[in-house]
Parts: sequence; C-alpha cells; structure tokens
Amino acid sequence: MGKVIRMGEFFRRGFLESTGEQPSLFEWIFSTDHKRIGLLYLYSISTFFAIGVTLGLLIRLELIAPGRTIVGPDTYNALFTLHGVVMIFLFIIPGIPAAFGNIMLPLQIGARDVAFPRLNLLSWWLYIIGAIMALSSLAGGGGPPDTGWTFYLPFSGETTTNVSLAVFAVFILGFSSILTGLNFITTIHRLRAPGMTWTRLPLFVWSLYATAWVQVLATPILGITLVLILAERILGLGLFDAARGGDPLMYQHLFWIYSHPAVYIMVLPAMGVISEIIPVFARRPIFGYKAIVASSIGIAAAGSLVWGHHMFVSGMSDTAILVFSLLTFIVAIPSAVKVFNWVATLYGGSIRLDAPMLYALTFLVLFSIGGLSGLVLGSAATDVHVHDTHFVVGHFHYVMFGGTAFAFFGALHYWFPKIFGRMFNEKRAAWAWGIMICGFNLLYFSMLLVGLRGMPRRYYDYLPQFAQLNRLATYGSWVLALGLLFMAVNLLIALRRGKHIGANPWEAATLEWTVDSPPPPENFAVLPTVTHGPYDLEQAGEP
Amino acid sequence: MQHTGSMRQLIGIWGLLLLLTAATVGISRIHLGAANIWAALGIATAKATLVTLFFMHLKKEGRVIKISLLVTLATLATFIGLTFFDVLYR
Repeated sequence: MGKVIRMGEFFRRGFLESTGEQPSLFEWIFSTDHKRIGLLYLYSISTFFAIGVTLGLLIRLELIAPGRTIVGPDTYNALFTLHGVVMIFLFIIPGIPAAFGNIMLPLQIGARDVAFPRLNLLSWWLYIIGAIMALSSLAGGGGPPDTGWTFYLPFSGETTTNVSLAVFAVFILGFSSILTGLNFITTIHRLRAPGMTWTRLPLFVWSLYATAWVQVLATPILGITLVLILAERILGLGLFDAARGGDPLMYQHLFWIYSHPAVYIMVLPAMGVISEIIPVFARRPIFGYKAIVASSIGIAAAGSLVWGHHMFVSGMSDTAILVFSLLTFIVAIPSAVKVFNWVATLYGGSIRLDAPMLYALTFLVLFSIGGLSGLVLGSAATDVHVHDTHFVVGHFHYVMFGGTAFAFFGALHYWFPKIFGRMFNEKRAAWAWGIMICGFNLLYFSMLLVGLRGMPRRYYDYLPQFAQLNRLATYGSWVLALGLLFMAVNLLIALRRGKHIGANPWEAATLEWTVDSPPPPENFAVLPTVTHGPYDLEQAGEP
Repeated sequence: MQHTGSMRQLIGIWGLLLLLTAATVGISRIHLGAANIWAALGIATAKATLVTLFFMHLKKEGRVIKISLLVTLATLATFIGLTFFDVLYR
C-alpha cells in the first residue's frame, strides 16, 4: 500500500522538482530523464546563442563605417569565424532537435523516455566538452581561428592560429549529433504507444525522424573531413595540395557533402515546429498531412545531393555545375509544398494571434524570402555575380535566423507553458516579436541590397558607396538585439512569476498536452492508447 | 553474440578472402587502363560483402538492419558518384 501511495506522488510531482536523493546540480547533469537533458540543452544552447549574438553585434559595429572602427583585420577574421562556429555548431544544429526534440519526442509518441537514455546524457556531455573546446580556441596558443567556419584548405592547413583545437571541437560535436540522431530513429521505430501509427505521428516527430537520418548518414563525412584537416596540419600529407598530386577541390566536396545537408538538419525540425503551431492556432487540421510528411523525406533526400552549389566559382567542371544547379532547383519543390500546405491550413481558419503563431507566421514570410533568394544562388549564372558577397550572408540569415531561429522562438513560446507549467505575459511577448522583426529586416535586407551592389563578405573594410546600407544594417542589429533581450526578460520573469496553467492551454490535440504541466518524471502513469490523429482538434482535451 | 557459422564455413570464407586479396595484387600488375580501378573496387566490394554477411552475421539479421545498411551504402555510393560529375569532366 505504501508503495502505491509513493507511486501516486511520483506522478503528481513535475520533472522539475528535486527528489532530494542527490545534490541538486548532480540531479540535473547526471539525469537520464529526456526532459531534463532537453532542458540542459536548452539552457546551454541559449547561453551559446547569447555569445554568438554578442560576436555578431561586434562584427556589425566594426562595419558601421568604412575603415578600422573597433577592431583590426585579424581580430575581425577571428570574430566572424567564432560567430559562425558558435552559431552553426553550438546553436542552430542542436537547437530544435536536441532541446525541444528531446523534451517533446517521447511525450508526443506516448513513451516514457527515449530508447537509450544514457546515450542521450552522453550526447549532452559530448556537446558540452566540444563547446568548451571550441570556446577555448579563443585563448592561448596562436590566437583564435581565422579561417571562417568552413575551415577551407589550403589556408586552414597553414594558418598558425588555433585551428586544430577548433576542428577537434567540431569533430566531438559531430559525435553528439550522430548519437542524438541514432537515439531518435530507434525511439520512433520502437517506442510508439499503442495506436500511434506512422500516419498518426505528429509532424514534428516526422521532421525529427527525417533530420535524424541526415544526422546519422552525413555527419560521419564531416568527421572524416575534419580528421583530414588535422592530418594535413600535423603530418603534412598533401592530400589537398595540387603540387603534390592532391586535389584542393576535394576538400570543398567533402566539407559541403556534410555541411549542405546540415542546413536541412537545421531547418527541417523548424518546419516541424511550424506544422505543430499552425493547425492549433488556426483551429483547423493540417492541410495535406501526407504531402508534408513526403516533403520532409524529400527535402532530406534531395537536400543531401546539392552541395555542389557552394562551389560554382571554384573551378569545378561545367557538367557538375549543371547537375548541381538542377538538383538545387528540385529541392525548392518539397519546400514549396510545405509552404502551400501551411497557407492552405490557414485558409478559412479561426486564427488566434498568440505569440507562438506570430513567430510561425513570421517564419513563413522570412523563410520564403530566404528560399527565393536561394534560387538566385542556386542558378549558376546569377551565382557568379553575387558569390561571396553580402547577398549570400543576407540569404543565409533569412533562412537560418528568419527561418530556424524564429521557429525556435515559436517553439519556446508554444511549449513554455508545458515545460514550466507557467504562462508568459502575452503583451510583452508580442512587443518583443514586433521589435525583432523590425530589427531583423533592417539588418538583413540591407545586407541583401549591399551584396547585390557588390560588397564582398568577410572584409572588415569597404568602399564609401556601401556606407549607408552598412550603417542601416548595424542600426538593425541593435534593434534586433533589443527585441531578443526583451523576449528573454519576459520569459525569465514568467519562469518565476508566470500564472500557473493547466495541462492544455492552447487546446491542442497531440499527446504532450494530455499530461500535467510540467510533465511528471515518467511522463505517463499508464501508457496511452491513441485513437485519433494529431490534429483532430475536436478531440483536444480541456485547457 | 555467439559465432553461429560452422568452422568449415568460416575457414572457407577466410580462404576466399585470401584468394581475392591475391587477385587484387595480381590485377594491379596487369595494365588495363581505367578498368584497373573498377576491378580493384569490385574485388574490395566483394570482400566487404563477405565480411559483413558472414563474419558480422548480417546474413542472419532481420530485414530492418539489412535495409538500414543498404541505405547507408547507397547514400555513400551516391555521394561518391556525384563527385565524379566534377572529377571526370574537369
């Protein structure tokens, strides 16, 4: 009898509460609970995001006027390299899958945890070790790396800066990503609740599944490539040195074979988040569920075959340019299928403009601008004109920041009440969103324009005719940072003083909304039997 | 996991692998032009297939494991194949 009572208490207690069995720090950093590991990721990813934003602000401050403003050329090289490494490998690749995927995946499929909880904890530890190493490359030795986040050879083989440490850090981060992918694939195959058929899986789960396959299949190639850089630096093998029979372009092939699919590792889970938010706040089932699933798989598959479009001006063969340009255009098809389906879901819906929906709708607009500017780059003729200009930087930030990061903020607002059991201030959230989109467009649209006029990327100085747009972009970066700060403060206040809410504040129909907020440590007292689809909103539980 | 193949079978596969290794060395001494590389790759693939099927027990695994491995190999082959659009036509 005593045991039964204890079990009852166990399921009433949220996963955030301490059990008192270990010191509270150890209860977190050695926890195998997927929700705690997800939160560890969320906190660490947010910290690295703040560091990345600071580095980005410094880059923009240097570019506010021509000539030297706050730093010299060498420091500028280090700034954009570290900004890229931190944002790509520490924020945006693990961002949605490792944080929200970890927390929500088992809840959404009706499982008590992921398939390999200890491996999950190892992934986080590898992530932290890799992150510490990447940031340590800032200090000591030959100074911070100055190669850009792409570590292109032959320069990265020759520079005396701390490239080896940064490369080894990324190598370790890759293992973290592979292990998370393996865990998710196995979990989705083996741990679905009774009745959770493949066509009843929430679209966020489908997007995690497609992403996980890319993580498992493409990341090892990054690992090998990074080992080859180290081999060049330490042993001087000459694998990429034409004078010694090597092929310099082979490095670019190897690097982009991983790093272009990595773009889809970043954006596919974001698309999954949008597919969750839009039906709930439009009060309509998602339009074309199966088409969205097929497009996720299609993007993962086709997106893995387009890496050559990063190399149009590298001296690659014309045949390869033709093939990669064609394949690049093919990726636009499944991407457009998703956008059309989201818009069709909105059509005729009873739209509620709560904070998660504001971010989701912004994703649609900004991702579309990012995607369409991508076609300019995917077409070989126009790419030659804008290659290595600020247009590329603007395009990339529209897709990655406007797309993935805005979806990350959408997910943060959507699942915040579920994770913490408290609601944030809606009015302040809307203000933060408004400030952010103003700053965002001022910053990155100026970049698109100045790039079209010919300003090269990665230069710390520029010609006087680019001064006005650069000044505007820098002002935009300040407005954007203000919006981010406002959003962070609003959520931090809500953590302490937010209103307590029930299990299902948004009246959604997926399984995570059937358990208490915050969820109990083992998620479900009795594993649920699923009888309806994820967007069957008439079946949604009470708020 | 226990080794499930009989000793005779395992030794047979080992013998076959040695023969294929000898074939690789032999063919490399004959000048066949571009066919040399295809022959070497073909023999290496045959050897890898034998190792995975018998020494790594793939032959006795379920369908999902076999499909997973095939997907991985197909992906790798596609990646390598696509780079040839550059290397062969440069």
